[in-house]
Amino acid sequence: MTILARLAEKSWEPASDRDPAASSGPRPSAGGIGLGVYFAVALVMFSLLGAAYVMRMGLHASMGHADDWVAVPDPPLLWINSGILAASSIAWEIARRSFDNGRTVRAAATGTALGLAFLIGQWLLWRHYLAQGHYLSSNPANAFFYLLTALHGLHILGGLVAAAWVLAAHNLLNVRLCAIYWHFLLFIWILIAALLVST
Amino acid sequence: MATTLADDLRPMHHPHSWVTRYVWSQDHKVIAIQYSVTAIAIGLVALVLSALMRLQLGFPGVFPAIQPDNYLQFVSMHGMIMVVYLLTALLLGGFGNYLIPLMIGARDMVFPFVNMLSYWLYLLSVIVLVAGFFVPGGPTGAGWTLYPPQAISEGTPGHQWGIATMLVSLAIFVAAFTMGGLNYVTTVLQARTKGMTLMRMPLSVWGIFTASIMGLLAFPALFVAAIMMLFDHFAGTSFFMPTMQSMGAITPTEGGSPLLFQHLFWFFGHPEVYIVALPAFGIVSDLISVHARRNIFGYRMMVWAITIIGALSFVVWAHHMYVSGMNPYFGFFFATSTLIIAIPTAIKVYNWLLTLWRGDIHLRVPMLFAIAFIFTFIHGGLSGLFLGNVSVDVPLSDTFFVVAHFHMVMGVSPVLVIFGAIYHWYPKIFGRMWNETLGKLHFWITFLGVYAIFLPMHYLGILGVPRRYYALGETGFIPPSVHLANEWISIAALIVFAAQGLFFFNMIWSLFRGPRADPNPWGAASLEWQTPQTPPAHGNWGPTLPTVYRWPYDYSVPGAPRDFIPQTEPRT
Repeated sequence: MTILARLAEKSWEPASDRDPAASSGPRPSAGGIGLGVYFAVALVMFSLLGAAYVMRMGLHASMGHADDWVAVPDPPLLWINSGILAASSIAWEIARRSFDNGRTVRAAATGTALGLAFLIGQWLLWRHYLAQGHYLSSNPANAFFYLLTALHGLHILGGLVAAAWVLAAHNLLNVRLCAIYWHFLLFIWILIAALLVST
Repeated sequence: MATTLADDLRPMHHPHSWVTRYVWSQDHKVIAIQYSVTAIAIGLVALVLSALMRLQLGFPGVFPAIQPDNYLQFVSMHGMIMVVYLLTALLLGGFGNYLIPLMIGARDMVFPFVNMLSYWLYLLSVIVLVAGFFVPGGPTGAGWTLYPPQAISEGTPGHQWGIATMLVSLAIFVAAFTMGGLNYVTTVLQARTKGMTLMRMPLSVWGIFTASIMGLLAFPALFVAAIMMLFDHFAGTSFFMPTMQSMGAITPTEGGSPLLFQHLFWFFGHPEVYIVALPAFGIVSDLISVHARRNIFGYRMMVWAITIIGALSFVVWAHHMYVSGMNPYFGFFFATSTLIIAIPTAIKVYNWLLTLWRGDIHLRVPMLFAIAFIFTFIHGGLSGLFLGNVSVDVPLSDTFFVVAHFHMVMGVSPVLVIFGAIYHWYPKIFGRMWNETLGKLHFWITFLGVYAIFLPMHYLGILGVPRRYYALGETGFIPPSVHLANEWISIAALIVFAAQGLFFFNMIWSLFRGPRADPNPWGAASLEWQTPQTPPAHGNWGPTLPTVYRWPYDYSVPGAPRDFIPQTEPRT
């Protein structure tokens, strides 16, 4: 039954009384729904930061001052990190699709390791920028860069903890949720990288 | 990985010791009480702050201990505590936690551990907030809206540490709320018992469910704003901080946008009003239906109105910013969207009235509070129509008219519902009855008292009396009668303040000495009154989950042996 049909139900009429057993069809898992709802939360958070980024970008110049917005450069490391995160996502996808337990664990462990490598790469990227004099408070573009990557990094960190927990508990059903979470973080990262590179 | 009813197949978490049963508890009922007690405790702090403000406003100069800085700090902390730490936490963390699983026939929330974590993070956020009173410089005095640049600039009370504790506390609160909110939404979607379709859920659940979704989508804005302001404050960034001259010197920041903060803040702030209002709408619908022995009028319309209000509330935020300097076309758009919300809201009000119409009304204490809510809500809603119009709002901005409006509509109204709800569900939660006489006395003093407080404020506002002023001083346009009105308001406020003692005495005394309550003292049809034990035991439902055969509003059905038919009763 579609959501609209459900909302149009006349629950006060006896006719609406279907066999209760029939109305309790299969439902998606709680973890799946919870994760989906969380994606909405995270998406709103990153979208708001994106909107703030665009609003702040041309502001100072539009008020007749010298432009204070100096976009961060895109060093090769940015692309390497993106590649690592994409590879990590692919490993998780292999884990999700695999029916062989050993292969699932191997692929999930690879995905987790690549996730950790991405985080280390991001840390090196920060070091690289700092060495070049792109400090947090130097200009608003830098501030947004550090803020966005830090928040995204925290999500990766949370994902790593969850992945480690899933692997340690050998709870292979949750590999699916981990994989979807990883794809989501890749999607967010692509949006962030596109915003940073295009401006 | 689909399960028919995850809830029945999943092994239950069972507490083994006193600590896991009552302290680190994963039982939604215990967490609900923990949330409620913490929220009410911090709410009492905010109540005391309001009494102190009224002392200053009613009798300026009589209390030298209240300095201008203190006054601003009282205003700010009172506002933030009441809106976020009391109302949001109590309605969603308290009532949401208690009612959702019981009303939809689940054994617990779907993620009990995350639920527990949510409470302890909430408690941490409250502790950090309270720490603001003890840091050097005291809590922030920037107003509950915390607008930069003044919130973190010299001259504002608490601009150094008070604002930092506030922002950190808010960020923790958002994390806590997100954990709770994910639970409430997922539980409603996933753990309903057999036969409990979405359209058979009581309106309380609909209100809490929609408000939780809104909270999940609105609180990130506050989170982002708080983090960015912390960066501006401690790391020297210029997200919000413009080029300024402060104390004769140019500040190192430049180019930031205070308006950006306002957009982020109100993108959270306006839905927040409805995050508080929608659970109240839902709960009051159930109170009215039960105590008027009538099915709720227009159930489907009520559900649709709740969801439409929830959706619309995300596109009205800038009506809080008419005087902030926006493009006038924005004002036109936001005024229009604001006024459109009046339509679903009016539908709800009419439906409450039509439910009462020819009902078998029992004027018990919960019902008195529910009816009082209709009064205060209509009142606050109508003044909202004034303020929603740009041209009327501009002269009324930052006056006591605004104070009167939002206190009526989102202060007094939800609080009246909370009182009604506590009186209503107390017998189920604690298995005891409270004292009816004390309850009625509490009701009448509170209800008449809030009118004595907030009605005159409308007149003060129209005269142009500004809000957030420590003292009015010698001002040409303010007549002497304003001072008299302020004295009257303060005396009324102190009486209402003292009358809350009746409520607390009644609740605590009844906990030990109240007569044992019937499992279903009001003859209610919804599921939470049909539990095998009162108070409900761990796991709520005994060995098997209940099966639902009808909607929760079968009252006074012709031909039925009793004037209500529980949801669990099969059709013949």
